[in-house]
Amino acid sequence: MPAVALRAQEPDQATQIQQLQQQLRKIQENFEETLRQQRQQIEALQKQIDALQAKTPAGATYQPPVATSPPPATASPPPAESGPPKEVSQAQETKPAWSPTSPITLIGGQRSYLNLSFDALFAAGGSTADDIPHLQLGGHDPVQRGFTAQNLETVFEGYVDPYFRGQASLVGHIAPDGDFHFEAEEAYLETIALPANLQVKAGQFLTEFGRINPTHPHTWSFVDAPLVVGRFLGAEGLRNPGARVSWIAPTPFYSELFFAVQNSQGATAYSFRGSGHSHDHEGDDLIFGRERIERETDHLGDMLFTPRYAVSFDLTENQTLLVGASATFGPNNTGQDTDTQIFGMDFLWKWKSPRHHAGFPFVAWQTEVMARRFEAGAFAFDENGDGMPEVDLPRETLWDYGLYSQLTWGFQKGWVVGLRGDWVSGERGAFYPDPDRDTRWRISPNLTWYPTEFSKLRLQYNYDDRENIGVDHSVWLQFEFMLGAHAAHKF
Amino acid sequence: MKTKSFLYPIALAIGLPLTAHAKLNVVATTPDFAAVAKAIGGDRVEVTALAKPTEDPHFVDAKPSLILKLNKADVLIEGGAELEIGWLPALLQGVRNPRIAIGAPGRVRASEAVELVEVPATLDRSQGDLHAMGNPHFMTDPVNAVLVARRIADAFCRLDTASSEAYRANLKKFEATVDSKLVEWQKLLAPFKGQRVVAYHNSWPYFARRFGLQIDLFLEPKPGLPPTPAHIADVMTKMKESGARVIIVQPYLNRHTAESVARNTGAVVVDVASFPGGIKGTEDDYVKFMDHLVTSLANALSQSAANKP
Repeated sequence: MPAVALRAQEPDQATQIQQLQQQLRKIQENFEETLRQQRQQIEALQKQIDALQAKTPAGATYQPPVATSPPPATASPPPAESGPPKEVSQAQETKPAWSPTSPITLIGGQRSYLNLSFDALFAAGGSTADDIPHLQLGGHDPVQRGFTAQNLETVFEGYVDPYFRGQASLVGHIAPDGDFHFEAEEAYLETIALPANLQVKAGQFLTEFGRINPTHPHTWSFVDAPLVVGRFLGAEGLRNPGARVSWIAPTPFYSELFFAVQNSQGATAYSFRGSGHSHDHEGDDLIFGRERIERETDHLGDMLFTPRYAVSFDLTENQTLLVGASATFGPNNTGQDTDTQIFGMDFLWKWKSPRHHAGFPFVAWQTEVMARRFEAGAFAFDENGDGMPEVDLPRETLWDYGLYSQLTWGFQKGWVVGLRGDWVSGERGAFYPDPDRDTRWRISPNLTWYPTEFSKLRLQYNYDDRENIGVDHSVWLQFEFMLGAHAAHKF
Repeated sequence: MKTKSFLYPIALAIGLPLTAHAKLNVVATTPDFAAVAKAIGGDRVEVTALAKPTEDPHFVDAKPSLILKLNKADVLIEGGAELEIGWLPALLQGVRNPRIAIGAPGRVRASEAVELVEVPATLDRSQGDLHAMGNPHFMTDPVNAVLVARRIADAFCRLDTASSEAYRANLKKFEATVDSKLVEWQKLLAPFKGQRVVAYHNSWPYFARRFGLQIDLFLEPKPGLPPTPAHIADVMTKMKESGARVIIVQPYLNRHTAESVARNTGAVVVDVASFPGGIKGTEDDYVKFMDHLVTSLANALSQSAANKP
């Protein structure tokens, strides 16, 4: 039957067609592949030509598109002189191919595993005070007439792996005696992929208490540390090995909760089981008239605990408010069972022009208020051995208060004028006078010029009034430069 | 509920929805990427731009409110190529959102779609604040906008497969519009082919290349540095020599310098923006933005030609 014959023939024909189609497809694929390869080769070569041309002195940084340089090597249509241009939709993505003349960035710029930068901060000037190291409370403040190498900082930063980001700041400064002090100021990792809006930071880090303490001196708007920060958190700031967890709360505005646990001993835990005032008078191991005693870490309660809560609102398109409350609790070493608590509120209001150029103009007002409760242990010392101690201090609770408030106005590109007021005071204790607790205030106007974001020059005047000591005037000129990877600025 | 009635005005005030929705939450660093994302996503996406259209995109404040926006984003569209290097890394450190981590399907780096020009052969900041990876102001070339639009469409399709047909259709529509508009724009600027235009900052190499203009005289002596009298004098001499009589200025730049140069050279100052919304009436719309850019430049160029002594 013809139908049967037809059917018998059908599969044969079908397979033949299939085979031919396959062949055709293969040839097409080969053709396209060759085409693609050749196109890539052409692009690579064209790029090499471009790169070589760009290196000729005539094309310093920019080549006029029409006058001297040939149309750039994109597969996208060149500008048509007349008539309709080719379809934009024919535009091709071209992956920049590597060529021997491509610039090679070793460090930074998202082309290396490590962003490396170096920042140097110096000051020059003088003061009417005879005891400048006592006048200036920050460990990186200018501390002598003439020049001070305030802060020489090398920062390493980068992603460790898909789970962690790592950062380390190695800081050096030159003490008045000429000794170079070097310290691992910070070295920590931070998680980047924890669920539930959590983040953990672990290692050696500046405690997130208030606004100044977690930041480095070269980011500050003034030459020196605020008095309250130096007095309560120590010359080197509050920082120690530890771990911190933070959580972005599911509120409709930004609000973040931090909780840190750190060691409470060492030179960087001044109000706790610390040592000395600052590294400028090492060996002087007295605090509030009392000797610092040996106190071990016996239990969890001997650690330093720092909770913080920060909220922020955009008041308008151009105004932002950031308010934080911090506290830090830990033992101190004036007794075996004495503790310290520091409480702080911080406040930042900032206006930035909606048409700012390089961040200018802006106005920022920042204030921090702190209170410290210090349980001081009893201390008696019989210097001449006559059985009647010359120093006999009772166990007592010492309350100290302090604040600073600073206003900065970036009035035109690169120029900032600032004014800061400082005030610190302590309720009178058995040890009096005590320059570490007596009332003092300070007014500091300054003017800063940023030639670019990688350098600055700052002139500052300090009017100091210290109870039981008197008035002093200081003038400091500060300069900074920065090399390496471009830093991103936190708010 | 009491809490909700308390939160609602705040949520309204800062523009955040209280309830979760199926829309893709898209965050773009600058308004040009946001405008293209809107064209592709339509009403299937919620788009926010972090930078304002009038501000200097290199110096956006890393405000905590932006951390929150990034924390909730499904897609992040960034320029890359160091456009946002001064602020985006600081934000991303605290964002803890794996959906927009590097390499995640929700992360779109627009500069990867285009070929960057002016890649410096050596990195040397004595030449000003250079961009190590090339000039990142590439969106004023409509062809680049199409390339970026495709990347964005790919990302949307990956994340919201159910709507991928719609995204593809929107992309087609966007491409077609830009196609026909490009013809119009090139016609408008064709009479001025090869003419020199002065700018404050080198934000225009891609635009100049596409439209056959020569935008290679800058009021800044080097990228990021303020104009100096000597440099301005040099610019004015070169303007007179080459007959350049148009100065373009972005909203965040100092118009005074441009105006005084214009007075001394008989040039006109033209306000242009590099972002949709930088000039009123161009908000959220890439084509309107380019329309304004091209027509205001064409008008100024023909006006300056008519004024020629």
